[in-house]
Amino acid sequence: MEYQKYYVPESSKFPIFAAFSLFIVIIGASSTINSLDNPESNASLILYTGLACFLATLFFWFRQVVKENNAGLESAQLSQSFVYGMAWFIFSEVMFFAAFFGALFYVRSFAVPWLGGEGEKGLANMLWQDFEATWPLINTPDGGKAFVIAAKSMSFPGWENISHWLPLYNTIVLLSSSVTVHFAHLGLKKGNKKTFNIWLGITVLLALIFVGLQAAEYYEAYEHFGLTLNSGIYGSTFFMLTGFHGFHVMLGGLMLAVMLIRSVFYGHFNEHKHFGFEAASWYWHFVDVVWVMLFLFVYIL
Amino acid sequence: MSSVIESHHDDHHHGPAKGLMRWLLTTNHKDIGTLYLWFSFAMFLIGGAMAMVIRAELFQPGMQIVEPEFYNQMLTLHGLIMVFGAVMPAFVGLANWLVPMMVGAPDMALPRLNNLSFWLLPFAFGILLSSLFMEGGAPNFGWTFYAPLSTTYAPPSVTFFIFSVHIMGASSIMGSINVIVTIMNMRAPGMDLMKMPLFVWSWLITAYLLIAVMPVLAGAVTMMLMDIHFGTSFFNAAGGGDPVLFQHIFWFFGHPEVYIMILPAFGIVSHIIETFSRKQLFGYSSMVWAMLSIAILSFVVWAHHMFTVGMPLAAELFFMWATMLIAVPTGVKVFNWVATMFKGSITYETPMLFAISFVVLFTIGGFSGLMLAIVPADFQYHDTYFVVAHFHYVLVPGSIFSIMAAVYYWIPKWTGNMYDERLGRLHFWLSFVGVNVTFFPQHWIGLAGMPRRYPDYALQFADWNMVSTAGAFLFGASQILFLFIVLKTVMGGKKATRQVWEGARGLEWLVESPAPYHTFSTPPKVN
Repeated sequence: MEYQKYYVPESSKFPIFAAFSLFIVIIGASSTINSLDNPESNASLILYTGLACFLATLFFWFRQVVKENNAGLESAQLSQSFVYGMAWFIFSEVMFFAAFFGALFYVRSFAVPWLGGEGEKGLANMLWQDFEATWPLINTPDGGKAFVIAAKSMSFPGWENISHWLPLYNTIVLLSSSVTVHFAHLGLKKGNKKTFNIWLGITVLLALIFVGLQAAEYYEAYEHFGLTLNSGIYGSTFFMLTGFHGFHVMLGGLMLAVMLIRSVFYGHFNEHKHFGFEAASWYWHFVDVVWVMLFLFVYIL
Repeated sequence: MSSVIESHHDDHHHGPAKGLMRWLLTTNHKDIGTLYLWFSFAMFLIGGAMAMVIRAELFQPGMQIVEPEFYNQMLTLHGLIMVFGAVMPAFVGLANWLVPMMVGAPDMALPRLNNLSFWLLPFAFGILLSSLFMEGGAPNFGWTFYAPLSTTYAPPSVTFFIFSVHIMGASSIMGSINVIVTIMNMRAPGMDLMKMPLFVWSWLITAYLLIAVMPVLAGAVTMMLMDIHFGTSFFNAAGGGDPVLFQHIFWFFGHPEVYIMILPAFGIVSHIIETFSRKQLFGYSSMVWAMLSIAILSFVVWAHHMFTVGMPLAAELFFMWATMLIAVPTGVKVFNWVATMFKGSITYETPMLFAISFVVLFTIGGFSGLMLAIVPADFQYHDTYFVVAHFHYVLVPGSIFSIMAAVYYWIPKWTGNMYDERLGRLHFWLSFVGVNVTFFPQHWIGLAGMPRRYPDYALQFADWNMVSTAGAFLFGASQILFLFIVLKTVMGGKKATRQVWEGARGLEWLVESPAPYHTFSTPPKVN
C-alpha cells in the first residue's frame, strides 16, 4: 500500500438529500401499507415521490463519484476503501439472506415435523391432530381455514417432466451469466474493450431473461397452482426467498447495465481502472451463489 | 507506543462551513462524531424520561399515574430508544471522533457515507416517536417485539416501527462499513494490527458484529411486515410457521447486539485504567483475544434468552454451556484490568472513577448473567425483575458509565477545555449511588417472584419498588448535572494541554487540544 497525501472531500449535499428522501419513502411505504384496504388513499403518491427523490439523489451522487474518479482526484488509498466497502456490503447482504434461509431450515427441520407430531416437541400436533408433516408443505396445519391450500408446489417434478421445469432454465441462464460476466472481465483486463462490451451486453441480456422467466414462474404459481403468499409456510418461504433474490438480480442487472452504458457511451474503464465494473460483477457472482443455494434448498431438496 | 508526527503543511486547509449548513452537509469525522454524541444524549434524556414514567407508576402498587396501555408503550419505547438511540449512537459517535485520530487518519474512509449514516437516525427516531400520536398508540410489545404480540395483536403503528428499524439498521451497517474500512485501510504506516489502540480493536470487532447481525434484524422485521399485511405465515403455526422462529431470529441478532453495546466499553475502560494507573495494560494481546472470543461465542448463545419457550433438551444444554463459556474471556478482561491497577500510581479523576465502578458493577451484571445461564435456575428467574436488574447492571453502569467515562476522558481533547473536576466527581457519586439504589433491589424483588413488564404488582414488593423509584429519580436528575458540566466545558474552562492526562498515550494525545479540524493530512509514523 502506497501512502500519499490524504484525500478529504468537501462537505456534500448528497447524504442529507438521501436521508431526507428515505424519510419520505418510509412514511410513504408505511402509510400505503396501512391503507391497503382503503382505495381512496393517496399515500402511495408519497411513496413514489420519495422513491423518485431517492433514486435521483443516488444518480447524482454516483455521477459525482465517477466524475471525481475520472478527474484523478481519488488516491489509490480511496480506491482501496471502495474495494473493502463493497466486500463488506456484500457480506451484509449474505447475512440478510441467511435470515431467510435460517427460517427455511428451521421450519423444515423443526417447526413442521413438530406440528406433525414427530420429535421431542411433537406435542404440538395436538393443535391440529389431522395434520401430517410433508415438505413441500401444501396442506397447511389448519386445513386451509386461514391459509389457502395450493394445488402444487414448485419443487422438482421428477425426471420425466424435467423439460417443463422452469427453475432449471433459470439456473442455466443465471449460471451462464456468471461465466459471461467473467469473460467480460477477462477481456477488459487484456484491454480489449470490444470483447468487454459484447460479453457484458450478453450478461445484461441474460439478466433480463432471468427476470422474465421468474415473472412467468410467479404468474404460473398464482394463476395455475394457486400457490401464493397465503399458502402457508411453503408459499411464504418460497416467495420471500425467490422474491428477494429476484429483486437482487434486478439490482445487480441494473448495476451491470449502468457499467455497460458507461463503457459504450462514455468510454469509461480501461485495463487498470475498472473497479466500478468489478464491484458490480462481484455483486453479480454473489447473486448467482444465492441462486445455487435456492435451487438446492428451495427447489430440489 | 511512541509516535512521531511529521510536520504537515496544509495547502487545502478548509475549516468548517458556517451555521446550520455545517452540520447538515458536513463530511468531517469530528463534526459527525459531535452530532452522534448530542443525538445520543437527547435520546438518553427522552428514553430516560420514559423510564421515569415507568418508575413513577411503580412507586406504589395499584394503578397510579398512567393507563396500562400507555405503560406498555413507555416500556417498549424506553427499551428501543435506549438501545438503538442512546447507547449505539454514542459508541458510533466516539468511534467517529477517536478512530481516525487513533490510527493516524485524516478522516473516516468514506466521509459522505458517514454523513448519511448519521442523518438517517433523526428521521428514523422521529418516525418512531411520532407513533405515540398515531391511532392505536405507539408500539406496545416490548423492545424484543415477540410475535404474535407484534404481528397479530400489534397496533397499526407497527408498520412505521418496522420501517424505522430498517432505516436504523441501514444506518448501523453503513456506519460499521465505514469504521471497518477506516481501520483496515487508513492506519498510519507502522501501525500493525497488534499495535492498534484497544478502542480501535474493540470497534473493529463491534463493526463486524453489526454488519453480521443488523441484516438479520432487517429480515426479522420484514417477515413481520409480510405476516401482518401480506398473508405469509412465518410466525403463525396455523400455516406451518412458528412464533418461536421469531424469537430465534430476533435473538440471533439480539445476543451479538448486547455485545455490540459492551465491546467498545471494554476498549474505553482499558485506555482509562491504563492512563490513570500510569502503567501499561497488563496484557494487551490477551485483551484482543478475549474480545475476539467473546464476539465469536456471541453467535452461538442466542437461545439462552428462550430457555422457557419449549426447546429440546439438547438445545437447552448446548446453549447453557456455550453461555457459561463466555465467562472465561470476560474473566480474562476483568482480571486484566485489576492487574493493570495493581501497584499502579492511581489517581481518581472522574473518568477513572467511572471506569473502576464499571469494572465492579459490570462484573455484578456478569455474575447475574451466569446465574441466568443455568437452565433450571433460569426457569425461576425468567421474566422476573431479576432479569431487569441483570441487564440494567450491564447496560447502565456498564455501557453508559463507560460512555460517560469516555466523555470526561476525551472532552479536553474535543473542546480544548478541562471539565470541572469537582462537579465531575459529584456527578459520578450521584450516578453511582442512584444506579445501585435503583437496580440492586430489583435483584431481590425478582428473586421473590415479581414479574417484569407489568404496571402493577403484589403488595409484598412495595417497599423495594419504592426504594428503586427513589434511586431512579436520583440517577435521572444527576444526568441534568452531566448536561450542565458538558455545556460548561464546551463554553470554557482551564485550557487543556496536548497530553491532557499525565499517563495518557496514543496518537490522539500528540495533537493540540482542541484537535485540529483535520487531524492528519499526511500519515504520521508509528514506531
